[in-house]
Amino acid sequence: METIAKTRMATMWLSGCSGCHMSFLDLDESLIDLAKKVQIVYSPIADVKVFPENVDVTLIEGAVGDEEQLELLKKARGQSKILISFGDCAVTGNVPALRNAFEDGDKAVLQRAYIENVDVNPQIPNDVPKLLKKVRPLHEIVKIDYYIPGCPPPSDIISYVLTELLSGRTPKMEGRSRYG
Amino acid sequence: MNKKIVINPVTRIEGHAKITIFLKDDDSVKEARFHVTDFRGFEKFCEGRPFYEMPGITARSCGICPVSHLMASAKACDSIVGVKPPTTAVMLRRLMHMGQMIQSHALNLFHLSFPDFILGMDSDPAERNVFGLIAKQPDLARQGIRLRKFGQEIIEKVAGKRIHSNEWVIPGGANWPLTKEKADYLKSNLPEALDTAINTLALFKTWLPGLEDEVQNFGNFPTYYLGLVTAKGGLEHYDGKIRIIDADGKIVADQLDPTTYNEYIGEAVEPWSYMKFPYYKPLGYPDGNYRVGPLARLNISSHCGTPLADEELEEFKKLGKNGVVQSTFHYHYARLIEVLFCLEGVKEILENPDSLSERVSSRAFVNNDQGVGVAEAPRGTLIHHYAVDPQGLIVWANMIIATEHNNLSFNKAVTQVAQKYVKGKHLQEGMLNRVEAVIRAFDPCLSCATHAIGNMPLEVQLLDCNGKLLERKVR
Repeated sequence: METIAKTRMATMWLSGCSGCHMSFLDLDESLIDLAKKVQIVYSPIADVKVFPENVDVTLIEGAVGDEEQLELLKKARGQSKILISFGDCAVTGNVPALRNAFEDGDKAVLQRAYIENVDVNPQIPNDVPKLLKKVRPLHEIVKIDYYIPGCPPPSDIISYVLTELLSGRTPKMEGRSRYG
Repeated sequence: MNKKIVINPVTRIEGHAKITIFLKDDDSVKEARFHVTDFRGFEKFCEGRPFYEMPGITARSCGICPVSHLMASAKACDSIVGVKPPTTAVMLRRLMHMGQMIQSHALNLFHLSFPDFILGMDSDPAERNVFGLIAKQPDLARQGIRLRKFGQEIIEKVAGKRIHSNEWVIPGGANWPLTKEKADYLKSNLPEALDTAINTLALFKTWLPGLEDEVQNFGNFPTYYLGLVTAKGGLEHYDGKIRIIDADGKIVADQLDPTTYNEYIGEAVEPWSYMKFPYYKPLGYPDGNYRVGPLARLNISSHCGTPLADEELEEFKKLGKNGVVQSTFHYHYARLIEVLFCLEGVKEILENPDSLSERVSSRAFVNNDQGVGVAEAPRGTLIHHYAVDPQGLIVWANMIIATEHNNLSFNKAVTQVAQKYVKGKHLQEGMLNRVEAVIRAFDPCLSCATHAIGNMPLEVQLLDCNGKLLERKVR
């Protein structure tokens, strides 16, 4: 019976807190309706391993804070028709970008956490992805199709954007959500 | 030269977490390491911010348990201003925190873990998620979604917003009281949530006989346990004092002042992870290994203090020697009991007329140059410690996140699984499933500490001593 192909949707999580993903789950019972129209092909709440080809819509939460996140963002852009900057960290850098205000902020945050506030083995971890000098919002790195600001974006705005996109319309964001 | 196996969850591809298993010369497993590969730096970048902004900033550590950060932070701020919040403010903070415990535990159970139990650990990864659960068992999925929703609604009704509702929590109390209308709304939805909790607990128990292998082999080992308890040794999530027990259930320290945490909790660093390794100082590093979170809380508590949860706790404690349950798998069971405990607690608070009192804040400015706030987050003891200048600007901060306490146990649990499932130069069938399962049972606060919320698909590489790829498996 099911002949209409579902929209292939992905969600991704970079340097952020997962609050935007939680706000997505705050769609509550609407998730059950959404499941009829979209297939989640990649997401931290699902099990798919690598970012797939031919994704219709990708929501990205979080800013770009380290080298691996940078690569992942580029990959998502290359393989998604529509890329959405999802939440304030993605849109502006927000909280993770607070470290940008410090001189050599990348080194300063590591120094505090792994040298100063430590009792045994103070050292900067090195067998882990390297932090970028500055935390950057997504649009400084790749082309973004839509922005959903908010910390987190309210679930009804997420619902509105998805509904419009699934109906082939262009979401009009003016006045619907704002920073914070 | 030692050989190593690298297990890359999807998060490693995202750049957040991976597991390495080291083999000895005879190809037996030496040790396993869980690497956390994301780091933001709250302890530094909060410097220069006014202390009263801290609840709002630090809540952004985690979108799953922001309320626990709000609570720990607000309590640190309470002690900086040196006032005691009014009774009603404490009551409402507790109510909000119970809401968060309910929604966070519901998320782990229904949205993340149940897909394994319902769809099967070896089912198609593309379906093994909450949407797969919706397709397979829509009623159960709906109940879980609504239970999480109820937790989120408690937060929203008390504090105005479901996630990062930081305008309500202020040093010295809260910004506005609870209205009768909102309390009544919550009361009217409570019976359904209670039904769901009770039914799910019963359902979970019917699964247990079929999960014996998981119970026996998933992080089933002795450790110390640490968490807050009431003055009488009961289950406590918001306030209380620290109790530490050993694996035999003997209390080794009790009613410790949580604000002097650094006298008995130390932190260590390893070069291969952004997640630090807290340890119990009297035993040193790495011997001072303890677990925190739902399992630890039930192990250290003599009682819950609410009738339904107390009945369940009694039955739960029979699973372990001296009432101490060692299997990490039973974090799931413990979460279900805690949900029940919180729902009963919500009922108690909503039925107390004092919860509607309008006096919810005690006003003061900086009176102390330091403050420590401690609360039990869904995943364990959460510590915020700030130092401020005379104007109240943050000059230093330290945070110990719940999941970090379990870091040593995490590595031990993965090592235990690897010892059973890695044989020679080959990865035994079922190993990836088991590694995944043990990670998921811990429910690491993957937003505080790493980035995969729940199910962690894996890529395992078996490398010889020259780094040459011998075998690769993906699921």
